[in-house]
Amino acid sequence: MCRTVDLRQAVLAKNTMAAGILRTELTARGTTVVNLLSSPGSGKTALLERELQLCRERGLATAALTADLATENDATRLARSGVPVKQVLTDGLCHLEADMLAGHLHDWLPDPTRLLFVENVGNLVCPASYDLGESLRVVLASVTEGEDKPLKYPAAFGLAQLVIVTKSDLAGPAAFDEAAFRAHVERVNPGVEVVLTSVRTGEGAGVLVDRALAAADGERVHAPVMARAGA
Amino acid sequence: MHEMSVALSVVDQVEQAARPQGAHGVRRVAVEIGELAGVVPDALAFCFELACAGTRLEGAELVTRSVPGRAHCTPCGRGWDTGMPPDMICAVCRAGATELLTGRELRITEVHWSAAPTAPGPAPVPQSEES
Ligand SMILES: Nc1nc2c(ncn2[C@@H]2O[C@H](COP(=O)(O)OP(=O)(O)O)[C@@H](O)[C@H]2O)c(=O)[nH]1
Ligand SMILES: [Mg+2]
Ligand SMILES: [Zn+2]
Ligand SMILES: [Zn+2]
Repeated sequence: MCRTVDLRQAVLAKNTMAAGILRTELTARGTTVVNLLSSPGSGKTALLERELQLCRERGLATAALTADLATENDATRLARSGVPVKQVLTDGLCHLEADMLAGHLHDWLPDPTRLLFVENVGNLVCPASYDLGESLRVVLASVTEGEDKPLKYPAAFGLAQLVIVTKSDLAGPAAFDEAAFRAHVERVNPGVEVVLTSVRTGEGAGVLVDRALAAADGERVHAPVMARAGA
Repeated sequence: MHEMSVALSVVDQVEQAARPQGAHGVRRVAVEIGELAGVVPDALAFCFELACAGTRLEGAELVTRSVPGRAHCTPCGRGWDTGMPPDMICAVCRAGATELLTGRELRITEVHWSAAPTAPGPAPVPQSEES
């Protein structure tokens, strides 16, 4: 005997639920999570090094968790800022999931932590699908990656609450067309803020901390239309 | 490539639904994949076959249905296919869409299974969980 069952289950429901629980728990502890996504080499670690340094100078209780397929290099770089840092090796997995993050925070996250920055695995495809319980999702792209990056990775850019262009000091040599980049971002994610940064010139210094603090203070963050799915 | 994670989730969820209902083997699983869900149907089908090995779903067929992206603009009432790469800007108002109606689905819709010949389970209770 055969039967057909109408299951109607979201495939990522388990992650979405775990992310919701984590968000509630961390909010109760006074911690706001910032999830950073980009291709490998866009400059996530370099930007975080600078922003963590600023957090320390401003006396903000901050921590950072960095995920990579291999090596502890990024944690070593970030730890120089003096804030608590944890390296997660994903053992080949191309993205972080909410229950993995929860497991790593469980016996590590210092109390109190106001801002927790999570450097996701360098990849613009898979991490986009997994909510980590963050209050701010930031997508980075460097000026050397091409203006059409937002069109090639619409899910990543479409769900971003802040877009950061890195390595602006190289915009000239790379012939980066800022207007075209902004138009492409706007097409997939109307209304999202785009800021230019460089750790070489100091452009945009503090912007990540400022936006993270605004989210922590309950200020309205951008709601991408792609996240406002009707279905 | 997270299609393997997705495939494992599908197998896990189908197993969890099938076991208490006395399903013997699973023949077919239907999944809706939105154009903007970031999942490649062929890659998912490949991973699904691997993920099914050694489970109640061994040999099951995966049927995928692609759902186009559709946006809506409340001020002018216009609806449009977003296309790929998606265009979320209303051509009339030159403003951002109000809502994405479809296109982000990643959902198991139907499962076709055979009941155990000896002990048929209770009538299936459709479960629902919205994304
Ligand atoms: N010129 C320039 N190079 C940068 C900048 N930010 C990062 N880089 C370089 O880009 C490379 C990759 O940076 P990294 O932070 O490791 O990228 P991640 O893989 O996204 O964490 C390194 O060689 C950095 O020195 C920047 O603002 N300007
Ligand atoms: Mg890094
Ligand atoms: Zn992947
Ligand atoms: Zn309109």
